[in-house]
Amino acid sequence: MIELRNLSKLFTTVDGPVDALKHINLTVQDGDIYGIIGMSGAGKSTLVRCINMLEKPTEGSVLLDGKDMGTLTEKELRAMRRKITMIFQGFNLLMQRTCLKNVMLPMKLGGMDRARAEKRARELLELVGLPDKANSYPAQLSGGQQQRVAIARALATEPQVLLCDEATSALDPKTTHAILELIRDINEKLGITVIVITHQMSVVQEVCNRVAILENGVVVEEGEVSEVFSNPRADATRNLIYPELSEGVNIFREGGQRVRVIFNGAMASREPLIAKMAVECRILASIVGASTRSVGDRAYGYMLLDIPGTPEDLARAVSYLSKMPDITVQVEAEYAAKEGQA
Amino acid sequence: MNFANAFTPERLQEAWECFLNEFPLAIWETLYSTLLATLFAVVIGLPLGVLLVTGEQKGIRPLPRPLMSFLNVLINLLRSVPFIILMVMIIPLTRVIVGTSVGTMASVIPLTVAAFPFIARLVESSLREVNPNIIEAAQSMGAGSWQIVFHVMLPESVPSLITNITLAITTIMGYTAMSGAVGGGGLGKLALSYGYQRYRFAILYLAVIVLVIITQIIQSFGTWLARKCDRRLKEK
Repeated sequence: MIELRNLSKLFTTVDGPVDALKHINLTVQDGDIYGIIGMSGAGKSTLVRCINMLEKPTEGSVLLDGKDMGTLTEKELRAMRRKITMIFQGFNLLMQRTCLKNVMLPMKLGGMDRARAEKRARELLELVGLPDKANSYPAQLSGGQQQRVAIARALATEPQVLLCDEATSALDPKTTHAILELIRDINEKLGITVIVITHQMSVVQEVCNRVAILENGVVVEEGEVSEVFSNPRADATRNLIYPELSEGVNIFREGGQRVRVIFNGAMASREPLIAKMAVECRILASIVGASTRSVGDRAYGYMLLDIPGTPEDLARAVSYLSKMPDITVQVEAEYAAKEGQA
Repeated sequence: MNFANAFTPERLQEAWECFLNEFPLAIWETLYSTLLATLFAVVIGLPLGVLLVTGEQKGIRPLPRPLMSFLNVLINLLRSVPFIILMVMIIPLTRVIVGTSVGTMASVIPLTVAAFPFIARLVESSLREVNPNIIEAAQSMGAGSWQIVFHVMLPESVPSLITNITLAITTIMGYTAMSGAVGGGGLGKLALSYGYQRYRFAILYLAVIVLVIITQIIQSFGTWLARKCDRRLKEK
């Protein structure tokens, strides 16, 4: 279990101090695939580097199984880093060494004898699906293959935790999918806890069970992935999950009435909701924006509807839609506020 | 001085005899003083270059700021003294080490003193080319500072180090020619004593041609070796 307690990081730059992380509290349970998502500059990379103390936190602590990483001696810290290994966006393999030598490196650094290290390195290359690339150099491999070698290298010291720093950001969608599958495999078969840093919601959606949303160095939302997807509370979360809705839909028609229809895992083959409402309630709602995603076979997301007519029509629409299973309805706050003023 | 008479048949004949009789030893002296000086300069300059990179404030093992400033100033000082003057300046040191300040062996000392700061700077620049993310990756594996130097920084910069040391060898060979003016041996001395003092231009040109050929061979070999060692080139 990894606990971040009140973690802050302050960088001193020529333009003055920069708060990269502000009082972060997170708990990652053993066996989790934990996503940390945010736009560039949100502090994700700093956060992940605080976990293995490549960056020393200014304040707060990182606990691995209850042990405070900040109190370790240099030697203990190096030993601990062998238990929390890392893969990177740029793979960061030694370019002048073969794949086999790359995978052997962490074992050599730890003082393992050559024969054993080589045997284990070959097993690991087999595990990541590249047994025939042992004597190839990284430059001869594709990006996806290089990341596989990096994963084999990260597994060499039998870690408890694998940190993935934008590990799929340099890869095409198909390769991303394959690498994520490998990461999930490793999580399931070897029981390694995984922390995934990314700016892509699709990555979180595909592999993570929990997610934290980071914005300007603050965790604005945290929870089960399905929960966060179905009912994003923070604006930053909405922008990440439904980037297509982040602009252009907040223009209110004068006197308009808008509701947000939220799908909390409604079955994908649901009823034609808007058409049914038109027939049964005679309310001709127009869809001003919508974004839904499938997680498993269920739909998550939301739809913004403008409801024409009187406030009574609005109330009827809300009560009609609310009766549907796995759907909640909110009258848009901005609209409600406007109505309050009127 | 009569330049027109420099290439008469008699002069050419004389140059040819000189080439056969004196050039082999001169070439040998040039080569061994160059290579010996390079070897010593690398022995001193390589660790110094490593320190310049690892010891800076953002390096993997920061050293006290005053020490780093001292090293940098020392290197800049030695690099800014013209070689021919440096040679004279350190005659006392040369006497202490070799016992004499004259001869090819004695010239190795000033050559080394002139070359090691140069090598340190070249090593520094080679090591700075190493992708810092790879160094970070090594740190994330729990590598210590010296492990990073020996397992990551030096191996990763081998092609660049070969290129830079080739550059150093050709530069040091230029210095050996200068050392001919102040007691050193080799092709430089031959060219100066025959060509400058006795107006035997044919011999001077011959010496220059041989120097150019040796430089070309060393440079080509260094370039070839650096390319051969570089595993980043996909077509290998």
